[in-house]
Amino acid sequence: MASGCHGDSRAGGSGGGEVLEEAVGDVRVLCPAGRIDHTSVEAFQNALLPRLEDCREDGVAIVLDLSAVEYMSSVGLRVLMLAAKQCKGQSGRIAVAALGEQMREIFQISRFDMVFPVYEDRAAAIAALTRQE
Amino acid sequence: MRLRFWGTRGSLPVALGGDGVRDKVRAALRRAEGRSFPSEAALDAFIEGELDFATSHGYGGNSSCVEIIGGDNTVICDMGSGLRELGQQVMQDYGPGQPRRYDVFLSHVHWDHIMGLPFFAPAYIPGNEIHIHGCHTVMEDAFRRQQSDPCFPVHWEDMGAEFAFHQMQPGQKYRIAGFDIAAIKQNHPGDSYGYRLERNGKSAVYSTDGEHKQDSESETRQFVDFLAGADLLVFDAMYSLADMVSVKQDWGHSSNIVGVDLCHRAGVAHYCLFHHEPIYDDYDLQRIHQETRRYAEIMNQGQPLQVSMAYDGLEIEL
Repeated sequence: MASGCHGDSRAGGSGGGEVLEEAVGDVRVLCPAGRIDHTSVEAFQNALLPRLEDCREDGVAIVLDLSAVEYMSSVGLRVLMLAAKQCKGQSGRIAVAALGEQMREIFQISRFDMVFPVYEDRAAAIAALTRQE
Repeated sequence: MRLRFWGTRGSLPVALGGDGVRDKVRAALRRAEGRSFPSEAALDAFIEGELDFATSHGYGGNSSCVEIIGGDNTVICDMGSGLRELGQQVMQDYGPGQPRRYDVFLSHVHWDHIMGLPFFAPAYIPGNEIHIHGCHTVMEDAFRRQQSDPCFPVHWEDMGAEFAFHQMQPGQKYRIAGFDIAAIKQNHPGDSYGYRLERNGKSAVYSTDGEHKQDSESETRQFVDFLAGADLLVFDAMYSLADMVSVKQDWGHSSNIVGVDLCHRAGVAHYCLFHHEPIYDDYDLQRIHQETRRYAEIMNQGQPLQVSMAYDGLEIEL
């Protein structure tokens, strides 16, 4: 599955559970891929949540680039909510970017577009979340 | 087997207010674009053919009550405010002098699921039998307390019908009123129970007031197995997923898209959204119906799923 993430890439699981990673300044871009449903959600969760531990006010900000996610069922969205809660609890910032047409619809139907700041593309999200010195 | 929905609203009955009526009149007039209708038939054709469901009909406001037709007696799931109209219909169909047996399956005893009984006319007529089945041990106590001072002026002892309470156990199979029935425990404050009813090769699952968190695969799998291959699932789809897993977490209700995912996993043919959020108006519910259909399309993996939005008066034939 194509992904916008390069560099320090680490597979968190097989199939839809895979999450690639790229650092852009003080922003960490995380790129899940494929179909995230009940068959892949455990790998997705295990790959995603540990990478949020340093999402803090003085740490990194997180951009979830969802361009390579074909679809995400309610179990995958639940993991995104866990991610949002974890980052908020640590006073960190998290946003999503580059939703494909289906993912955009899923975000709207589930009302997750009201949970996360949603950016058109990763560049816009990185610009918005980069700490201003 | 046929299901007739008498009450589909969650938590609290609602009524269409003046502002809601005005919105519908406005929408209908706008759609008519100044046309005149020379006959009642032409007007009906306009209403049925050109107005959307939210404008021409709406979803109703009674709380949970579903009749399951096709068994030996009058079979009912939950006794919400919709029960009042069910009672009126039965009296009209059979006459007040004809003793009948009613078998009720109770998801739980929260008020919106029992509040219809004091207004259920057959309950006041000697000769009628009302058998209430469920897994809670407090069923009779809840009904007695509902009909005692200072909550209601007609006391339990003054009801004319004969009542019997039947304790069920989740996981066991029963044969009641011509249906094969099993119950499953659900996550809800004070617990609730879903019921699977089967007859003549058809199956329907009535599952309301259950919060399917999907944070435990073994628990989710247990429910998926309970649903497996059902012809119809009536499901608590009260909230958006975002609300369900955040501000309304642990309130004991599920979301529209969780129901879709469970149906796809279990091979359910027809998904009926139920227990609607009382703050939603008819246009909100219509939009949620359309969105849920679209989500089912997106998630469809070669497994088409019929998606219905329950409304007071809906009938589904299996």
